[in-house]
Amino acid sequence: MQNDILFILKGMGLTVNLYIMTMIFSLPLGILFSLGRLKNKGIINNIIVAYTSIFRGTPLLLQLFFVYYGLPIVGITLSAFSAATLTFVVNYAAYYCEIFRGSILGIDKGQYEAAQVLGLSYWQTMIRIIIPQSLITALPPLSNEAIALVKDTSLVSAIGMAEILRNSRELVTRDFSIIPFAICGALYFLMSVVIIWLFKKLEEKVMI
Amino acid sequence: MSFIQVKNLQKKYNEDQVLKGIDLEIQKGEAISIIGSSGGGKSTFLRCLIGLEDINYGEIKIPDRKKMGMVFQSFNLFPHKTVAHNIMESLIVVDKMEKKEAKKIALELLDRVGLKDKANVYPKTLSGGQKQRVAIARALARNPEVLLFDEPTSALDPEMVKEVLNVIEKLREESNITMIIVSHEMNFVNKVSDRIVVFDGGYIKEIKENRRKK
Repeated sequence: MQNDILFILKGMGLTVNLYIMTMIFSLPLGILFSLGRLKNKGIINNIIVAYTSIFRGTPLLLQLFFVYYGLPIVGITLSAFSAATLTFVVNYAAYYCEIFRGSILGIDKGQYEAAQVLGLSYWQTMIRIIIPQSLITALPPLSNEAIALVKDTSLVSAIGMAEILRNSRELVTRDFSIIPFAICGALYFLMSVVIIWLFKKLEEKVMI
Repeated sequence: MSFIQVKNLQKKYNEDQVLKGIDLEIQKGEAISIIGSSGGGKSTFLRCLIGLEDINYGEIKIPDRKKMGMVFQSFNLFPHKTVAHNIMESLIVVDKMEKKEAKKIALELLDRVGLKDKANVYPKTLSGGQKQRVAIARALARNPEVLLFDEPTSALDPEMVKEVLNVIEKLREESNITMIIVSHEMNFVNKVSDRIVVFDGGYIKEIKENRRKK
């Protein structure tokens, strides 16, 4: 039993790794894309619209298969972890882009005007005044995505990565016991609760 | 040659002509009040002066936009920054001042508007009147030659109007800043203005000389 739990916990390392990598890269990318979407009415805006539509409009699992099994056909072979990280970052950045776009659009026009009459440039205004405020108002929807990501990491078991779900399933088929699935569920739940708690603390700290 | 010259200024939003030809000259150190019914173009006029709106026709001659400040009806303080940092923002970012020096100036300005003890709190904890006083201090940080006040007390509860007007009156007495004030507070307008400009339907209807009651 103890070995079983350890075996499942070993998978958790991978899950957490993938989670952190996805967060670190997709959040800034999402902000960057949302700015491109707001600032530019031309080609950049169109490209970002197409990108967010495609990645939000097709299954994440399909995107994962495309990167891991599909790209080698055109000569791009990635390790399972790289493929998973790339797919998750690009997919989540698409969602974050839309979240940040919404929260930036929600900032009062008076904030831009106050910054302008104080002499701040467009980028100074965005970086110092608008983005910090939109990060705060984006926290509730971000927290939803952050929990969704915990559960979405289970998809990488489909490309053979030994994360929590895959390790649990191995034990279930080996021992014909349902307990590993219960442990697996408890671990996902635990991670989600921790994320929810972190966001709640963050919100309490920065709410304006 | 006047300090500020406006010639045949016209502004429309889509088909709505808000300013239909404004001519006005303002001398350095003068305090002008703009009154008139709402929708008469008073705020739009201020916004054109400071460059928040593009103009459709006419001419605006001003000394330097960098030397102009504006106080808004809705304060527009930065909610994610402390009171002191609201004031320090332009000093640090635009004037590239050292943080320590900027803080010193911010505290001096807060002292002038009677809010030195609020330096480290966030705007949400302030009353409306206090917010507007911080906004005035923030505008002063630019060391402006011209200050525009766009209905500075219209969003305030009646009991807070006085404290804000007192700050503006004091500023009028102690400085040589040229002021253009849009306000409905007639007692205040009579007290601080050199001239009172009446806007009506996108035109200047009347300009009244006003002897300030000292």
